[in-house]
This record gives sequence, C-alpha cells and structure tokens, in this order.
Amino acid sequence: MKTINAFLEEWGSYIWEAIIETFQMVSISLVISVIIGLPLGVLLVLTRPGKALENKYLFGLLNILINIIRSVPFIILLFFILPFTKWIVGTTIGVKGVIVPLVVFTAPYIARLMETSLLEVNRGVIEAYEAMGIKTRGIIWNVMIREAKPSIILGLTIATIGLIGATAMAGLVGAGGLGDLAYRFGHLRYEPVVMYVTVGLLILLVQGLQTIGNRTAARLKKD
Amino acid sequence: MINIHNLSKTFTSKKGKVDALKEVSLEVKKGEIFGVIGYSGAGKSTLIRCVNLLEQPTAGSVQIDGTEITSLSSKDLLKARRKIGMIFQGFNLLKTATVYENVAIPLKLTGVPKNKIDERVNRYLDIVGLADKKDSYPAQLSGGQKQRVAIARALSHEPEVLLSDEATSALDPDTTDSILDLLLKINEEFGITILLITHEMHVIQRICDRVAVMENGEIVEQGHTLDVFTAPKHPTTQKFVNSIFNFQLTGDIVKSLRKTGEIIALKFIDQSSEEPVLAVVAKKFDVYPNILSGMITQVKNEPFGRLLVHFKGETGEIQRALHFLRNQGIQTDEVIRYEDNKRIS
Repeated sequence: MKTINAFLEEWGSYIWEAIIETFQMVSISLVISVIIGLPLGVLLVLTRPGKALENKYLFGLLNILINIIRSVPFIILLFFILPFTKWIVGTTIGVKGVIVPLVVFTAPYIARLMETSLLEVNRGVIEAYEAMGIKTRGIIWNVMIREAKPSIILGLTIATIGLIGATAMAGLVGAGGLGDLAYRFGHLRYEPVVMYVTVGLLILLVQGLQTIGNRTAARLKKD
Repeated sequence: MINIHNLSKTFTSKKGKVDALKEVSLEVKKGEIFGVIGYSGAGKSTLIRCVNLLEQPTAGSVQIDGTEITSLSSKDLLKARRKIGMIFQGFNLLKTATVYENVAIPLKLTGVPKNKIDERVNRYLDIVGLADKKDSYPAQLSGGQKQRVAIARALSHEPEVLLSDEATSALDPDTTDSILDLLLKINEEFGITILLITHEMHVIQRICDRVAVMENGEIVEQGHTLDVFTAPKHPTTQKFVNSIFNFQLTGDIVKSLRKTGEIIALKFIDQSSEEPVLAVVAKKFDVYPNILSGMITQVKNEPFGRLLVHFKGETGEIQRALHFLRNQGIQTDEVIRYEDNKRIS
C-alpha cells in the first residue's frame, strides 16, 4: 500500500497527463479520420465498375493513392510529411503537430475498412431501393451505411486500436502520451515500474475498446 | 399498360457477347396478371429488369402507360420508378430495420409527407396481414412473412404496376400459394397490373391471365393461360404444361396396353370436367375405358382436367366413342410417341 502510494505520488500526475494526451490525440484524429475516411470508403464503393457512380479513373486514382499512403510506416510518415504538417497547422510539434500525420495515417486505413464493410451490404437491397426511385444519396445513408453499421463499428474499433499504437511514436515530436511515457521514463531512464504500469494501462484500454466495439456491433446487428 | 417492343439486351464481357434478349415484344394490358415463364438463363429476369431500367436495354422500347421509359432523364426516371413496384426472390429488406421501418423508410425517402406515412404503413401492413409484426426484425420472420413485408413496401407507394421477379421461388409450396393469393387479391382489389416472371408453371396456372414462354432470349409462345395450357405448341411450353400433369408411364406398359386398344389423352376444359363422361361412354359404346392417370386442376378460375385413358375394344367402336367425346367438348389426342420413363403428353 505504501509503495503504491509512493508510486502514485511520484508518477501519478505524469501518468494522468499522458492518459489525457493519448485520449486527445486519439479522439481528435479519429474524428477527423472518420470525416475523411468514410466518404472515401463510400466513393471507393460507388465508383467501382457496375456501381451507381461508376468512374474507373477516380476509382483507380483513389485506389493507388490509398495504397501509397498505406505503404509508409507511421514513424517514417511522421517525418516524411513534416512540411505538409507545417503548412496545415503551422507547427510540427506537440499534440497539434502530430494530429496531421495521425490523420494521414488513419484516414486511408478507415477508408479501406469502410469499403470492405460497405461491400458486404446485400446488392439486392440497394437494387430494391433503386427500383423504388430513391436517390443515390438516400441509398448511401439509409441502406449502405445503415446496413453496414455493425461492421463499420468493428472496423472503427480496429482503426482506433491502431491509432493508439501510432500515438506511441508521437513522443518523437513532443506530443507525449502513454507510449512516450513508457519509452522515456521506462526505457531511457530505466524505471521499469513506470513501463509496466503504462503497458498495463494500454492493455486495459485496448481490451475495453474492443469489448465496447464488439458489444455495440452485436447490439446493432439484428440477424 | 406495359408495352415492350423489339427489346434487345446484349451483355458484353471479356468472354464475348451474350444476347440475353432478342427483339422481345409483348403487351401487358391494364389490370391483368401477365406471366413470363422460362428456364434459368432464358432471359426472363433481364426482361423484367429492363421494364424499370434496372438493366439498360441495348435496343427497343419500353412504354408504361404511354411513357417511354428508356428515354427519360434520370430525374424523371426516379419519378416513373415510384409508380412501378417491384418484389424480388430475395425479399431485399433492410436487416437492421423493423417491419414498420422497412415500409416507412422508403416512403420518407420518396417525399411522402410525414403525417401520411404512419397511416400508409399501417394500412398496407394490415392488407398483407402483418399488422402484429410491426416491431419485428426480418430475421425473426419466415420467408413468406418477409415477402409480405416486401409486398407491403411495394404497395405503400401506390403503384399502378407491380413487377415480380421470381417472388415465390424461394418459398415452400404452401407459402407460395398464400403469396399468390395475396397477389391475386391485390390485382383484383386495387386493379394493379402485375407482370411476373417465374420458372414454376404452378404460378402461371394459379394467377396469370396471360402467359409468355421464353427461351434463349425469345418469346416462343404467348397467349391466354387456358389456351396455352390446353394446346401448347412449342416443345418448351409442352414441357412446362407437363410439369403440372406428370403422367409417367413406361414404354413397356404403353406397348402391352396398345395390343388391346388405344391410349388416349383427354382434355377437359371448363364445365366439361364436371360431368361423368367416361361412365356415359362405357354405357353407350362397346368400349372399356380404363383410367391410367389423371388430374383435375384449375387454370386461373377455370377448371381444367387431363386424363390418360386406355380404351379397350374394337378400333371402329373406339373411334365412335371418341367422336362422341369430342362432341361433348372434350379434346382427344392419341398417344403415339412414348419413350422409356419419359413423360407422355
């Protein structure tokens, strides 16, 4: 008990701060990534051959672009797009500076996950709605996204967990977070307990997220 | 109501061209139930999908109530489609929506005023007999119930035409009949014109006023259902008709029966199927009719029966008996061809 108290006294505020930073980075970049990734996923589905907005050039371009970005590991992407980051948010350090690379990393990933989810939607239902004279916009929201929702939630869970992993590298640009804490104090300053505690927290976080994701998806799924 | 003229559809793929429809023409009159029957790959599905332009025809015209569908702007096509209901083999309901929502969502999306939606959903769920399943999800329903929801969804747009793409093909016989009765009721009570495609002769027989038989992208025979049933001309039509009257006699039996008389197929149409003509024949002539196989059924609302009868007796007497039968309005066809284990027509 004493040791726990002593530990909390010494590290509590650092850990709390790191949790907040991780939370900030993950939530902000997740929201922006979904805003970019979901429409991209929809576009990837609708522009493919035989679909409502068939356009092989746009489809091909998106496909290649997404593949290129997804080929670059996050730690390299982080430095590779520094000029772009600077141009977008005016800085390359801190939470603000890491959001841009996190979004660039996650949005194409989410686009792919959304694409896979949306492709699972029964073609016949979409056709039935087309036959009823319903506009493509109405079909996107009320058929495709609605029907794919359980699968979309699971995809977003995967993306969020990947995002948490990526934030561990955010420390390199001074954005902090749990990963950074474990690295700097646990590894560089050799405080193994800090490392264990942060890793433990990350495990809890990921477990919790996956459970929430699974439960939400199961609740939305009606078959 | 639906006027299809010289409609062609060619699918082009890497493997080459497939002519799914070859200059198909047919006319569906207002208020009738028109059936198109054919085996898989005959092109019937492509045909019905061209009517609401789910499939773009390569050539030809489709007119609904005088409007040429193939040349509509995409905005007008949306409007035209709202007056054409469609039901499918796979039901095509939203899995994540309740029965009520499955009917209500499309109404909302087609701009039906909010205060009218609730009333319409309830009215049409009532008509298909699912008022008590409003809050169920499709996964909790049977196949027949799912098709009823799909029918309610189609009807709720108050269409003039209903297209049915193999709507009963995934259902068991009893459920098929109940769905067919529902379609008949819709046709009679709301005057909705129905164009349906199927591979089951039973569907045609039960509800269709007129029928077209399709094979290899062409209509090989069409006419009033009863006429097609009583006098099928094309071999494919004959096969379909025989699928209802499944008379299986082996060649051996036919051979041995031939020695003592003749095998005749009798067709009874209309009221003639209600009279005991064979008993009369047996009394009046020196022949012994022996029923080998037979059934009486209904084509739409008309009774229609077929009997395969062996007449034992002298040739002259048999001919006189057959003459008498023909005067009673019964068709008689001598069974000449027989093959081992093949159906006899």
